Amino acid sequence: MPDFFAASGMEMFFTTFLGAHDWVPASLLLATWETIYMVAISTFLSYVVGLPLGVILVTTFKGHILENQPLHQVLGSIVNAVRSVPFIIFLILLIPLTRLLVGTYIGTVASIVPLTLAAIPFVARLVETSLKEIEWGLVEAALSMGASAWQIISKVLLPEAKPALLLGVAITAINLVGYSAMAGIVGGGGLGTLAYFYGYQRYQVVVMWSSVVVLVVLVQGMQMLGDSLAAKVVNKRR
Amino acid sequence: MTWAGRGMYFVCRCVGGSVLIDIRNLTKVFDGAGQQVVALDNVSLTVKKGEIFGIIGLSGAGKSTLVRCINMLEQPTAGQVFVDGREITALKQRELRLARQKIGMIFQHFNLLSSRTVSENVLFPLEIAGAVDDGARQRVTDLLELVGLTDKADVFPDQLSGGQKQRVGIARALANDPKVLLSDEATSALDPQTTRSILKLLRDINSQLNLTILLITHDMQVIKEVCDRVAVIDAARIVEIGDVLRIFSGPRSPAARSLIKTVVSREIPPGLFDFSRKKQGQAAAKLIRVSFIGAAAGEPVISSMIKKFDVDANILYGNVDRIKDTPFGNLTLEIIGEPGSLTAALDYLGCRGLEVEVLPHA
Ligand SMILES: Nc1ncnc2c1ncn2[C@@H]1O[C@H](COP(=O)(O)OP(=O)(O)O)[C@@H](O)[C@H]1O
Ligand SMILES: [Mg+2]
Repeated sequence: MPDFFAASGMEMFFTTFLGAHDWVPASLLLATWETIYMVAISTFLSYVVGLPLGVILVTTFKGHILENQPLHQVLGSIVNAVRSVPFIIFLILLIPLTRLLVGTYIGTVASIVPLTLAAIPFVARLVETSLKEIEWGLVEAALSMGASAWQIISKVLLPEAKPALLLGVAITAINLVGYSAMAGIVGGGGLGTLAYFYGYQRYQVVVMWSSVVVLVVLVQGMQMLGDSLAAKVVNKRR
Repeated sequence: MTWAGRGMYFVCRCVGGSVLIDIRNLTKVFDGAGQQVVALDNVSLTVKKGEIFGIIGLSGAGKSTLVRCINMLEQPTAGQVFVDGREITALKQRELRLARQKIGMIFQHFNLLSSRTVSENVLFPLEIAGAVDDGARQRVTDLLELVGLTDKADVFPDQLSGGQKQRVGIARALANDPKVLLSDEATSALDPQTTRSILKLLRDINSQLNLTILLITHDMQVIKEVCDRVAVIDAARIVEIGDVLRIFSGPRSPAARSLIKTVVSREIPPGLFDFSRKKQGQAAAKLIRVSFIGAAAGEPVISSMIKKFDVDANILYGNVDRIKDTPFGNLTLEIIGEPGSLTAALDYLGCRGLEVEVLPHA
């Protein structure tokens, strides 16, 4: 396991200072940490691929600056295909790939692979929608000044769509919280594992409900953070 | 005197200038869903260096398509466009981008970047040209001063009024020191007072920088206030082209006539027609419309006609207006007298540089 994930370090920290995992607050804290870092890393990685993909989807559309209908069609179909597979099936289908990349398919780091791959097409569509909202007149103005496609993407499309893109990040992260809980049920770690194995299978109702509460708080917090960042950008421009 | 001769007489600063934009046999056909739309049908025109050239027409006539073919935002179906001697329609992508840097454009809805401040918006075309240095920043400052927005440099466009936004648009369009400024309905989203101030700015820029301006509009008032020459476009074709004064005082095409009606009235109010009919039966009478431009407007031609020839004149309707500093107008008269004197009187008016049109009685 690459040590930049620092998972083992954190796990040791929790075990050392908070006691064993079956002590509810300690296990809850560890699981929360695992969820946050699974979500954070897979959100980041899904944007590394999904953002350019979304830009390509927009700009290769008919009449746009990099019009390329065959490419648009192919990418669009792939995105739709991946999005139409239910995540739980996706998890199972990806086991061989995850094993190849990480060495195991169980645990938080292994979960990052299916989470990221499932989020990429979602991110691509979110980015596509955000960029499509931008008035075509702005693109034409830039074209009339002699801007290249890259200049239009980097100086017009992305900066103009910044508030919508920030909200998209929040939506993606929130979705990934849900997906990560699902991954947890097949041993992915985090709050999902905690709720399922301890809460459901061992009938620890307190663990179950406290996991749910933490999930709710996490999602609310992410939404609020996204909203406030987007609002900050919008207000600055007013 | 013929109209061609008259055109030479009312010289604008444009006359005799070299050609900056040369549009030759331009045709644009849009392939809509199943049906084709001919937006431009074999359009040819030239714009001279330093003039303000207007293109007017009703909505859907093809104005935007025409102006967008000049910087190739629209790819013509056939024909050529030359800007300053270079064939824009033959350029490769890279060359076209460089050529576009020298063709400024302003828009009806301003199209400013909301993510940038006013000065960053004006800097934008300089960034595109890869020319951001101290000189560029100084240029932005100078341009904002030129358009009167120095105090708004660090404000975002959302905080500006429509007129201020268009001023930013103009400053931005001038940033790369273009050879021509294209304006697509730049004042159509503005109120009349703001329109006037933007038009004045365009005229100032035209005279200070000797910048050629090609503007399109559906508003004859705009043409009247700023343009030197005008082309009237109707259903994808140019139907009339000439000096603004000439077109205003004597429109030839039905399209030009109906457009001019919106700002200069040439028609006799209906009630007056009945009035003149009742008085017929005395001697001979003719209903005429006299159009005049410039010097003739200041002379007592009508009264000397009445004195010189044995005729009476009954003024039914008149209108005098002014384009820049030249007065022009028209007068509808009923002249009464012996047939011989009437003919002589009409000849006299013609010789004095007036255009005389005999109208049918009712
Ligand atoms: N992108 C387009 N696709 C199809 N038809 C178009 C397009 N742009 C313009 N047209 C058509 O071409 C004609 C001229 O349009 P336009 O040049 O915008 O007119 P104007 O600017 O004089 O109002 C109209 O009939 C319009 O519907
Ligand atoms: Mg138009």
